[in-house]
Formats: sequence, C-alpha cells, structure tokens
Amino acid sequence: MKFLTSNFLKCSVQDCDRSNDNFPLKFDGEKCQLEQDEGLEFNPEFLLRIIDRVDWPAIVSVASDLGNTTLPPTKPEFANEELSEEDMIILRDLHTLLIQTNIVEGQMMCRNCGHIYYIKNSIPNLLLPPHLA
Amino acid sequence: MSRPEDLAPPEVFYNDSESQKYTSSTRVQHIQAKMSLRALELLNLSETSFVLDIGCGSGLSGEILTEEGHIWCGVDISPSMLATGLTRELDGDLMLHDMGQGLPFRAGTFDAAISISAIQWLCNADTSYNDPKRRLMRFFNTLFASLKKGGKFVAQFYPKNDDQAQQILGAAKVAGFSGGLVVDDPESKKNKKFYLVLSSGTSVEDERVNLQGVTMSAEEMVKVRRDKKNVKESNKTYLQRKKELMRKRGRTVAKDSKFTGRKRRSRF
Repeated sequence: MKFLTSNFLKCSVQDCDRSNDNFPLKFDGEKCQLEQDEGLEFNPEFLLRIIDRVDWPAIVSVASDLGNTTLPPTKPEFANEELSEEDMIILRDLHTLLIQTNIVEGQMMCRNCGHIYYIKNSIPNLLLPPHLA
Repeated sequence: MSRPEDLAPPEVFYNDSESQKYTSSTRVQHIQAKMSLRALELLNLSETSFVLDIGCGSGLSGEILTEEGHIWCGVDISPSMLATGLTRELDGDLMLHDMGQGLPFRAGTFDAAISISAIQWLCNADTSYNDPKRRLMRFFNTLFASLKKGGKFVAQFYPKNDDQAQQILGAAKVAGFSGGLVVDDPESKKNKKFYLVLSSGTSVEDERVNLQGVTMSAEEMVKVRRDKKNVKESNKTYLQRKKELMRKRGRTVAKDSKFTGRKRRSRF
C-alpha cells in the first residue's frame, strides 16, 4: 500500500462514521515494514492535483508512527504556475514519500473502535467480521 | 447460460483456479480491456486523475488505467484474485474489502470511480446477515461521499433482469447521484452491455458526459403546440387527446369507435 493511500483510508465500521477519530488510522511502527518502489514514474501534474486533497497533519502523524519525524508541520505550497527549481525538489521529495514508499507488512488500528487492520504483501485487509459489518 | 452470481459468493467463486483461469484467458482479457476503455470514454477524464476501481480483481482494468496515465486504487473481495494481481506487478494499490460494507475512504478522495462486472454481486444475499438493499444503500452512500464534487462513476455490470437494473439505479438515485443507464449493443443478446453512468453533483470544471457513440432509444418528443386562441377544441378531439395521453401512460383505455365523443340524445 502506498503511503499516499494511508492519507485517504478511514475505519470502515459504520458506527465510526460519526466519530472524528476514525481517520487517520494509527500504524504500529514496530510491526510495519516499508519498501521503496523505484519503478513508479515521477508525475508532477498528478502530485499538484492531489496535494490539495491531502490532509497534511495526518501525513505528519502517520510518518511519525512509522518513524519519520523530519516532516515540516505545514503543507508545502505551490503558489506559482511556473515551478521553480526549489518547487521541483520539494515535489520530488513528496513523490519519494507519497508514491514510492510502500507499506508492505504491518498493522493499523482505528483510534475510535480499536479494530486492527492487518497489511500483508502490501495488501491491507479491510474486511470486517459479521458483528461489525 | 449459468451466472456465476447464482453459483457461490464472490470470495468463494473466484478461488485460486478460477482466478488463474479468469486472468490468463485471452478472451476475458480482451473483453475486460474493451469494457474498461469504454468506461473510461464515458468518464471523459481530462487529465491525470486519482481513480477508484471497485471489484478490481487481478487488475485487468487497472492496467488500462495505468496505460491511460491515471493513478488508481482497487478494492476486491476475493483474496485469490488479489494474489493473482500481485504476481502481475501492478502500479495501483490493491485492497481486500467488501464493497457492500461501505468504502472506507475519506470524503472527496477520488476524481472518479470505475467498476467492471462487479456491482451485480451486491444484489446477492449470500449470508443470513446480508441484506442486498442495505448493502446497495451503504455502497452508494459511501461512494458518493468518497468522490469529489462533480466526480463520476461508471460501472459496467450484468443485471440479472430489468428489476435488478432498476434496483441498482434506484439506490444510486436515493444516494444523491444523477445519471442513468447506457446500453451498448441493445439488439444483441450476447454483446449487450450495461453501463451505469453516475455523477455526484456538478463540478467546478465544466465537464460534460462524453456521449460519443450513444444513441437514444426513446424517440425524440415532438411537442405539439396548439394555438389556443384560434382553434377551439371540439368535444371529440378533447376526449381523443385525453385517451391518447392515458394510453401513453399505460392505462387501460376503451377503444375508439364512431360513437366516441358523441352526445347521448334522449330518444323520447
């Protein structure tokens, strides 16, 4: 699962919809394994498009769950249409973090109901047992 | 022809051998690619988008999305299908999830969503606690939330009968989607394909549904304007007009005869 996807996933339990704690899911840093996938192409247009939708505090909190505390507290902004070289460097960093970082193994927990979702072979299992569905 | 929907639940039906068979069959690949391209054509995405693929299986439709330059996420209920997908080195994210339990995504996540041959499974009641009506509602409600404003959803599906198509369309309308059903090859029994084309509100970017290659099945309505001032309608034409209207609405209407609209005079 890409790091970017973790910024959109919330708990799928219906009762958690009413809570504010169902997003972001809390990753267990000790059990998580990360992998860099270099095969994915750098696509600045897509990044610029998706960055509006990204919830930056959630990115920071998930990154610190996974052991990366070097992220800036505010979302990088790209005001100009024309991208400067600095902007490109930031975008490349974002690409490395959001698109190329894969969470291969691990587990994540809903902060509201405490349900644990397991990630295996980079596929998260989001199925709910019958009593929660 | 038997429907896989009638045989077993999806996670049981698409077991290791079946998903291997499904993915390696060139005929299936060809049909899936054709339908994915058609769905993308109906979506009419202008630039690189974040797309959700519901019922992605082994990623046959996802490959098309990658080729078209989109970034995608896929959910599917069958572990074997996903395992087959893992061996195919896909660029998108795969997730094991049941769409009837609601899509677990934050509001406004995706630009668009597609689904190829999947949503008819929602109409099945495979377990004692599966209520198709509830599952359909939950699915469309959460899908509506996870699409951005003006986001579109195109789903190719195989309805068992007209009722099922209406049930799915009705649930989508209740959830707030606007849109309808596009039928390709309506005359052919074998190649007939149903596409559910939905959009959630209107977007800021002036996007329009791509209606290329779509023919309207309903005749164009010709509005008959009567000049009310000049022509005074006779009793007979009034009756015939009303009867025609009721016939169009499907009511049982008495046949027209030479006595229609005549006065019943007293004999004595």
